[in-house]
Amino acid sequence: MGDVRADAQQKARPRGPGSMPLSPHLQIWRWHVTMLASILTRATGVALYVGALIVVGLALSLALGPDAYGAYTAVLGSWLGKLVLFGLTVSIFYHLAAGLRHLAFDSGAGFQPKTADMTAVACIAFAVVASLGVWAAAIVAGVA
Amino acid sequence: MGDHAPNLYRTPLSRARGFGAAKTGVNRFIAERATGIALVPLSLWAVYAGLRIAQGGYDGAVALLHSPVNAALAALLVGFSCAHMNMGMAVIVEDYIHKPATKVGLLLLSAGVCWLAGAIGVLSILKVAFSGVGAY
Repeated sequence: MGDVRADAQQKARPRGPGSMPLSPHLQIWRWHVTMLASILTRATGVALYVGALIVVGLALSLALGPDAYGAYTAVLGSWLGKLVLFGLTVSIFYHLAAGLRHLAFDSGAGFQPKTADMTAVACIAFAVVASLGVWAAAIVAGVA
Repeated sequence: MGDHAPNLYRTPLSRARGFGAAKTGVNRFIAERATGIALVPLSLWAVYAGLRIAQGGYDGAVALLHSPVNAALAALLVGFSCAHMNMGMAVIVEDYIHKPATKVGLLLLSAGVCWLAGAIGVLSILKVAFSGVGAY
């Protein structure tokens, strides 16, 4: 009788190898802004990986001469190119702020839940505001 | 170890505990952060340089890199970026890819992309910095 109940309890939750309980699954994890901040740090890092390759391409085209540079900047200046460059601007500012946040984490600071929430929101807000500011300045100056 | 306790319930942590640190990895931890710290001012300069380059066309971009300070910052930006993104992508690959052959393949591919991009980027910048307008 007792064995049956223990068996049913075992079946009620997922078990990992060696009959150890599994950690909470992705789908039942409560959404949280610190989670978003973590995902964004990695996602913007990957975006900047591609962005660095775009910048190296720009440097190469510059070294190849005015024709190559003109063709390359024409692609970057198209609406799709500008969209990518705007995304890179957001990625630069977000990854920069998130990097500083993680340097604080490395020193042991900023782990209080309220502080961590606040700095996560601050990083996202900074990325949006700084990117819009830079692009607004560029548009006003007539370069974008 | 393990003479009297059966291994059934022991986690890898309990087997590792007491054997000390791995004695490796600290240099990578520091390199990740040091390149990141270097990229704080360099990426802000990159935004500034991007705005200036957007303004001046080909001649403006060449003139920008003709200044030794700008050329040095551009070369450092490319160099530190490629080093940083090589380590960052390695962490991502090591986190998600567990099949040894695929993992090593992707790590080598990413390292190759980063070193090639870094070399092409720095050499392009130096070429423009040294030769200036019209010498292509």
